[in-house]
Amino acid sequence: MVALSENVAMAARREVARRAPSPVGDRIFRTAAFASALLVLLVLAGILGSIAYGGWPAFQAFGPGFLVSSAWNVGREEYGALVAIIGTLVSALLALVIGVPISLGIAIYLTQLCPGWARRPVSMTIELLAAVPSIIYGMWGLFIFAPLFARFVQIPVSNLVEGLPIVGTLFYAQVPSGVGILTAGIILAIMIVPFVASITRDMLDQIPTVLRESAYGIGCTTWEVVRHVLIPQASVSIIGAVMLGLGRALGETMAVTFVIGNANRLSPSIFDPGSTIASRIANEFNEADGLQLSSLMALGCILFVVTFIVLIIARLLVRRAKVA
Amino acid sequence: MSASPAAVSGATPAAPPRPASPEWGRVRAGRRTADKVLVVGCTVATALGAIVLGSILLMLIVQGVQGFSPALFTNVTPGPGTEGGGIANAILGSLVMTALGIVVATPIGVLAGTYLAEYGRASHLANVIRFLNDILLSAPSILIGLFVYTLMVRPMGGYSGWAGAVALAIIATPVIVRTTEDMLRLVPGTLREAGAALGAPLSIVIRSVTWRAAQSGIVTGVLLALARIAGETAPLLFTALNNNSWFSPNLMGGVANLPVMIYQFALSPYENWRQLAWAGALLITITILGLSIVARLVLSGPKGR
Repeated sequence: MVALSENVAMAARREVARRAPSPVGDRIFRTAAFASALLVLLVLAGILGSIAYGGWPAFQAFGPGFLVSSAWNVGREEYGALVAIIGTLVSALLALVIGVPISLGIAIYLTQLCPGWARRPVSMTIELLAAVPSIIYGMWGLFIFAPLFARFVQIPVSNLVEGLPIVGTLFYAQVPSGVGILTAGIILAIMIVPFVASITRDMLDQIPTVLRESAYGIGCTTWEVVRHVLIPQASVSIIGAVMLGLGRALGETMAVTFVIGNANRLSPSIFDPGSTIASRIANEFNEADGLQLSSLMALGCILFVVTFIVLIIARLLVRRAKVA
Repeated sequence: MSASPAAVSGATPAAPPRPASPEWGRVRAGRRTADKVLVVGCTVATALGAIVLGSILLMLIVQGVQGFSPALFTNVTPGPGTEGGGIANAILGSLVMTALGIVVATPIGVLAGTYLAEYGRASHLANVIRFLNDILLSAPSILIGLFVYTLMVRPMGGYSGWAGAVALAIIATPVIVRTTEDMLRLVPGTLREAGAALGAPLSIVIRSVTWRAAQSGIVTGVLLALARIAGETAPLLFTALNNNSWFSPNLMGGVANLPVMIYQFALSPYENWRQLAWAGALLITITILGLSIVARLVLSGPKGR
């Protein structure tokens, strides 16, 4: 009996000694957490710093002309960013034009129209689209989508518009192989849809149910509820979501590299091959050195600045909406 | 980022159901048509999404399954024009780099998320870090590849698995930071107060109360990060590159990995290379989709959240 209680007392004391909170441990933990958080800042600064450092020789050699020159000649060491910049912007804008209506449709379907039992599986399907790796989209685009696109869109449309002014240049494929800027735009659209759709869906979900119920209560149709109640309520964050999608589309690399055709010239037709900043870096980086390497870094620097401006705007819009 | 908040918001009450069979009565034809167009348009958009996913999976299965054989998992990738071969080195290389990446990213990500949720909270610094982390989350991965190239590949004098792992860790960290912070914020403050009332210092409250309460959420974040980096190609192109043989144990020189192997082989003129690329693509997609599904199940698991 005595022995037992002694044991208990000893155990209790050991327990206390072991658990005694030490201020040192507390401080170490806090510092570790703080340092990890600071690391995020450092990495971002490091990315900007290293790319700017790598691209500096190119900026020095070509000056501001780098931005507006369409030359890209490895033999003569002449480089300019124009073709890649235009390719990037055009393919990303096409992606938005195609992808945003689809995303809104999916978000509205999920929040307003979908029967309860189907909500989860359908959400899951759309979210899985976001998980498919970029390179798989590239393979799908090149081997499945491009042949179909060439046969059912590029060839008929080219035949139809040949010789017409403006549309005859814009939609005329010299070599209807299926790859090109528009194909890249469509693949990018598919890739940004899950992101834009799920943010929009979350925003629509946050709108108080009372608003919807009152609109239905005065006899609105679903279209009128969506058009006059939901979209105006969520508009700021929908724009934010779209900008977020734009940020993704601008920097997307592998899928675009597969389907854009990687041509180094400027073409007036969106059916023709082109290149984006990211696809050009992916294509040429490993064989490049000297001024070419530094020009690619300079391209990366431009991409950094453009995407980060877009992403900052996107985050500000989405955030403000969340607080409101 | 879409993944974690999306999963969380699954808990919000369902939208009021659309009246099952609307009494159209004297509703004007124009209003009826607009409504029908909306319903059809939205359904078609959703169906398109499902069709694309189905078509991708079908393509991978049709093209990839015939490439599956024991040799796939035992032989190394063949050289140009060589018959046969497998992708054993690429599978192992991917596993090693992904594992290293996630091992580096997890503690950093969880600690940084903890700082934001528990220490920094609404301070200026925490707000700035939170904002920049969100931006890093959607930053183009090719830029991260360029960064690690300048940081590690050039100074170390060559491509290496270490550089690849660091690039993957940089991509994984923001995902983990974001999910950890979101999940810790869901833990009710009363739990922390109860811990503090027992005399535990903050670090112990965090480790044995808050973290434990948010455990499944944090695991989800790590799984999502894993799914994200397992298929990353662009950053590996400039850091680990590829190699048609077993990599050296110190991970220096090119390290074979599935994504870059798929990229190089899918566009090659050799029939057996393309076949291997398809098999690799099927393998990697199944793994990633599986991880994403498991991540969502963990979150919505036992507590029915």
